[in-house]
Amino acid sequence: MSSNASMAKRAPSSWSVRAYLRRLATGDVVAHMVTLIFAASIVLIATLLVFQLWNNSAASRQQFGWGFWTTQTWDPVFEHFGALPFIYGTLVTSVLALIIAVPLGLAAAIFLAELSPRVISDKVAFLIDLLAAVPSVIYGLLGIFVVVPLMRTTIGPALKDAFGFLPLFSGPNYGVGFLTAGIILSIMVVPFIISVSREILLTVPREQREAALALGATRWESTWKVVIPWARTGITGSIFLALARALGETMAVTMVIGNDPKIRDSLFAPGYTIAAVIANEFTEATGKLYLSALIELGLVLFLLTFILNGMARLLILATETDRGRAS
Amino acid sequence: MKGFRLIWRKSVNMVMLTLTGVAAFAVVSVLFLILGYLVYYGGRSLNWNFFTQLPKPVGETGGGMANAIVGSAKLLFLAAVIGLPIGLLGGVYLAEFGGKTFGFVVRYTTDLLNGVPSIIMGIFAYSLVVVPMRHFSTLAGGVALGIMTIPISLRSTEEFLRAVPVSLREGAMALGSNRWKTIATVVLPAARGGIITGMLLALARVAGETAPLLFTAFGNQFWSPGWNQPISSLPVVIYTYAISPYDDWHRQAWAAGLVLLGLVFVTNIVVRTFLMRGTSYERS
Amino acid sequence: MRIVKVLGMLAALLMFGTAATAADGQVLLNAAGATFPYPIYSKWFNDYHQMHSAVQINYQSIGSGGGIQQLKTGTVDFGASDMPLNDKLLGMFNQKILQFPTVLGAVVPTYNIPGVSAELKFTPQMLADIYLGKVTKWNDKEITSANPGVQLPGNDIVVIHRSDGSGTTFVWTDYLSKVSPAWKSQVGSNTSVNWPVGLGGKGNEGVAGLVKQTPNSVGYVELIYAIQSHMGYGLVENSAGKFIKASLASVTDAASGAAAKMQKDIRISITNAPGLQTYPICSFTYLLIPSKIADSTKRDVIKTFLRWMLTSGQDMVESLNYARLPKAVVAIEMKQLAQVQ
Repeated sequence: MSSNASMAKRAPSSWSVRAYLRRLATGDVVAHMVTLIFAASIVLIATLLVFQLWNNSAASRQQFGWGFWTTQTWDPVFEHFGALPFIYGTLVTSVLALIIAVPLGLAAAIFLAELSPRVISDKVAFLIDLLAAVPSVIYGLLGIFVVVPLMRTTIGPALKDAFGFLPLFSGPNYGVGFLTAGIILSIMVVPFIISVSREILLTVPREQREAALALGATRWESTWKVVIPWARTGITGSIFLALARALGETMAVTMVIGNDPKIRDSLFAPGYTIAAVIANEFTEATGKLYLSALIELGLVLFLLTFILNGMARLLILATETDRGRAS
Repeated sequence: MKGFRLIWRKSVNMVMLTLTGVAAFAVVSVLFLILGYLVYYGGRSLNWNFFTQLPKPVGETGGGMANAIVGSAKLLFLAAVIGLPIGLLGGVYLAEFGGKTFGFVVRYTTDLLNGVPSIIMGIFAYSLVVVPMRHFSTLAGGVALGIMTIPISLRSTEEFLRAVPVSLREGAMALGSNRWKTIATVVLPAARGGIITGMLLALARVAGETAPLLFTAFGNQFWSPGWNQPISSLPVVIYTYAISPYDDWHRQAWAAGLVLLGLVFVTNIVVRTFLMRGTSYERS
Repeated sequence: MRIVKVLGMLAALLMFGTAATAADGQVLLNAAGATFPYPIYSKWFNDYHQMHSAVQINYQSIGSGGGIQQLKTGTVDFGASDMPLNDKLLGMFNQKILQFPTVLGAVVPTYNIPGVSAELKFTPQMLADIYLGKVTKWNDKEITSANPGVQLPGNDIVVIHRSDGSGTTFVWTDYLSKVSPAWKSQVGSNTSVNWPVGLGGKGNEGVAGLVKQTPNSVGYVELIYAIQSHMGYGLVENSAGKFIKASLASVTDAASGAAAKMQKDIRISITNAPGLQTYPICSFTYLLIPSKIADSTKRDVIKTFLRWMLTSGQDMVESLNYARLPKAVVAIEMKQLAQVQ
């Protein structure tokens, strides 16, 4: 108390107790406090999430160490757990999804940004946003009843006829499997590639295009050789974003991938992803090691998506700050 | 020679540009295909029973999804109550009060939360709510979904608050208002459209989430009173019915899919058309 | 003022949601577990609710593994499992668990082979070899020699198993372990095993669904799932060398010698049971009830339900092709009921 009084004599008046109380009464400090608390709660939640993942996977981490990432077996009976089949499945389906979605999405984005009139472009972009809003389980529903039979009766045999000699397309065609999951995932991520790429392409300065055209380039050449390279970083960011989304997809994948934790070279074979195995086995993981192995898988997935999302943000941010737009 | 090269370049140009049009058309047609299938297969099974009856025992035909529909509504309500205030006030903090470093930390963790796969959210809510309560519950499901609404609502709140012109704020303060009154009575109402958009889109997004509910809300054959009992929900029922062998359940899954997608689409369309003037802001 | 109004509305909604369907005197029980008996359980719990409207027993069929685990963490009031809990598993619980058999069921090999409507005969060796991945085509010698006269295509066999922790898997692998030493050493028996080949479906429902959708597939499901999905299921050769089709009679036969053994320990495996007309892949399925239930209302409801299940409930099982519990077993369970406190 006495130190306060002596401070009041020496310090500027805004530091005095009375001034503070006055500011408090105006509510500004309270408002600042309240919103700060809510904002801080987000940090708290995120920290808690990471902490829980780390903590609850401790038993598995201690037991298996780094070998967890390279072990192929998933054996609940003998309690040997390894993440490799799931990492493999997650990566294969996601990369497959990108192989389909990137050319498709980029082409569509080029059309919307470069070729179509702004009015149509906006309307179509709106429809693409709707496509992005379709829930995962609906994709799964369509996957089971539409895509899987299609794969089994039409697409699969066609691919086998054309490419059956490759190990990639060897083996029996069940309808479910890596390929089907990859196709469905590609439809799910293509809207993100389109909407982000489109926006980025729209920000490329007109002068760039006009300069290319003035030099005699065709429309396509100016797009492909000038505009796209200019927007390259942002587009890469959109691809990372799509990849991160594909990695974490659960329902649509588990409904069409066949749920078999094996590493196989054929795209027709059934597989398993991290998200799918957690969804299927979490409620029944008896035994501390089993449960913590599943949570360790969750940790792996979290890290992968975390890194990818971070990189994506950086890349997209890089293109945006070019335009001077704060984000 | 020169002529040939030109013809080649022109043909490449024509082909490529056509292909981009084809790509755009293909993607848009997927949307209509999805809608078409759902309307065709789902529309046939939508009837009064579907909306008002409880599910029948396994293998018996008939029965409906009344409890799943109400369940989803209750879960969304909880998600809104839990997540939207955090998103709103957090956004206010970032836009109005935010310090540089702490603001960066908050934004960074929000983006982090946004990228977390929904199944991980389910694990989190399980260990946070279900295990201590020793109960699967609507609350646990609401927590999982609520946390998922935070990033979207926070980002749109912050963005639209920042978009409010400084002149508006300065005008209010010149009239003698203090900071928080300015925010509450001038700035927030001005950004109202965008903020509500963000909130509704966040809710529409989590309405379709299945994975986080699998081990939080669990499932219920009956009505779920209160907030601490397991509860049925549309997405989980769609999943359960779709993987089953029963034709009757398949029919119902289609119908439920139509209802779910219908709600999500109607929300998106209404919100984006009427509340947001044209800019597509959401990128993930 | 506006804020007060909004908050007031929210509070009202909250109370509405809380109060709306929470009637006084309602007893809400949550249970989870086996998909094997789910058809009869869902009928039982539904009908029981119709008879006693204050009682709601919400049963979620997530597989026996799920039932065991959720009972362990205490998130459900009781569990259900086709696999009886051995002492090691029982030791993991922090309380004593009583196991009450409810019905007898059969696990059948169901298949979907386009163009084949005949009932196939399966030998134990065949089943093991198919699931070990040694027999890969439908027209393999092993299969055709047991099924003369049936035109089998040369298509690849799509093997379907469970992706979740399953008591049905336990019964199936328990049987395979008994009849095939190769299976026993390579895979073993449990609710969840390291399958050499095949696709995984979630629950009996998922396996039946996959078999139904996938041509040239074979899966193992509880009898009623094959029947309700209108799928063919095969005959299995029993220990006496006869090919038996799963039916009420052949399943009941499997339990005929069991009652005496169950006096000592109610947990028993009846796969590959002796008998001329016995179906070899049968099992009891159990409700896992904690021996000490703190909430007296819940305890009374559970005990009343169990009593009902052992008497009137048994009258309903045959319509869904489950076999009734032998009278001697019912007597043992009634005595065990007193232990629930």
